[in-house]
Amino acid sequence: MSPVYIARTSEVAARLLGSEMMIMSARDSTLFSLNETATAIWQAANGVTPLSEIVERSLCAQFDVDPAAALRDAEELVEGLAKHGILKLSDQPIVETK
Amino acid sequence: MIGLVQEMSDKAQRLGIPLAVQLDLTYRCNERCVHCYLDHDDHGEMNTAEIKELLDQMAAAGVFFLTLSGGEIMMRRDFFEIVEHARRLSFCVKLKTNAVMVRRSEADRLQALALDSVQISVYSHRAEVHDAITKLPGSLKRTIAAVRLLVERGVKVIFANVLMRENFQDYPGVQALAAEVGAEFTIDPTITPMMDGDRSILNLNIERAQLQQVFRDASILGTSPEEFCAPPGGPPAAEDAQKMLPCSAGHTFCYVSPYGDVYPCVQFPLPTGNVRASRFLDIWKHSPQMTEVRSITISDLPVCSTCSHGGGSCTRCPGLAYMEGNMRGPSSQDCEKSFVRTGVETAGMLIRREARSIAGLVQIRSAASPDSRAESLQNCL
Repeated sequence: MSPVYIARTSEVAARLLGSEMMIMSARDSTLFSLNETATAIWQAANGVTPLSEIVERSLCAQFDVDPAAALRDAEELVEGLAKHGILKLSDQPIVETK
Repeated sequence: MIGLVQEMSDKAQRLGIPLAVQLDLTYRCNERCVHCYLDHDDHGEMNTAEIKELLDQMAAAGVFFLTLSGGEIMMRRDFFEIVEHARRLSFCVKLKTNAVMVRRSEADRLQALALDSVQISVYSHRAEVHDAITKLPGSLKRTIAAVRLLVERGVKVIFANVLMRENFQDYPGVQALAAEVGAEFTIDPTITPMMDGDRSILNLNIERAQLQQVFRDASILGTSPEEFCAPPGGPPAAEDAQKMLPCSAGHTFCYVSPYGDVYPCVQFPLPTGNVRASRFLDIWKHSPQMTEVRSITISDLPVCSTCSHGGGSCTRCPGLAYMEGNMRGPSSQDCEKSFVRTGVETAGMLIRREARSIAGLVQIRSAASPDSRAESLQNCL
């Protein structure tokens, strides 16, 4: 299976509130609140680190979770965020073009 | 969504985070609106580096919603540099402007910034009325041209229609114009005093019957007039009043002037510190004035805590009360609004009427001897 790369889009506003990340999509003014684990994935979404590695480093190392289950959950999460346009997904590293 | 915003706001308050800030970039303006409360001369605005540093501090303090306003924000040559910096820091940015200086290239740049929204002042759909208020010939034409450029690019535009005697009859026209160009529409029936305390511009406020008309217009209320104008539910219970806060000013919101002065709100000119002398977060957390504002609950308001409107139909602004002389007192403008809304006088109105009748008695006796005047006043009390 090819690796999944994730990157934050520039079309959002985001701020950490306590341990949760608030994200506002400029596209439709939808507001999201990410829990602690989703926040860890969001913060690590630099476009060049594969999702599996993010899960391993940012989730399994910090939270007591089963790696396979965590990866499945993470894939579901990033697909959902991508549908709302607040995260980019690719099977190649995502390089910022700006 | 409103539930989530409320949840965020509650959490920010618990954590002591200034969730939202309005930063005025300048008081200079290319319009001279008859109702404006600002002094348009530049008395030493923060420079680009100072504003960028302030934005860095605000982001670190947890500010999420950032409103950039003025004056006319585009009077600053570094306007785009500032907004671009703010967006790099991931603020949710809203702009307030008259948009007169927005042409195709500016609209392109604004589109690229992925802003939350651009709020644009529109006073009338008729140029002769709008331009007479802004005192800038051709301003409506230029503003609406800019609105169209922004909407074409997918930028969310909100019309802000401040109501005055001069333009009251035109608000349905502005509302229709907003719908035609694809903008949202908001209305503000409150003219606020000048920042130096001069209250003469309050004469521009619409009349009571006009305000009644607004409060019974379902097309702008967002709820039914019956619900909006329902009789007040009585004063809050004592235990609730101890927990209820007057508004978000100083709790999750504050205002910073172009000179770096920090206030609890744009409409609450209580100086709490200056970011040129102290760090933003230190002012927010430790200023004695901010701490005092934060300490006030509804139970600390001697008049309003007993008012029948206190349970819900009151929109009391502590800043307007402060400008009337007491941040714990009623705001006569908001008392008027509550009265017009429900037909029931507020505690503040009853007290003022009582005070007027006492003053009247003193005046009637002014021809009598000082002793008898004092005696009659005592009888009144």
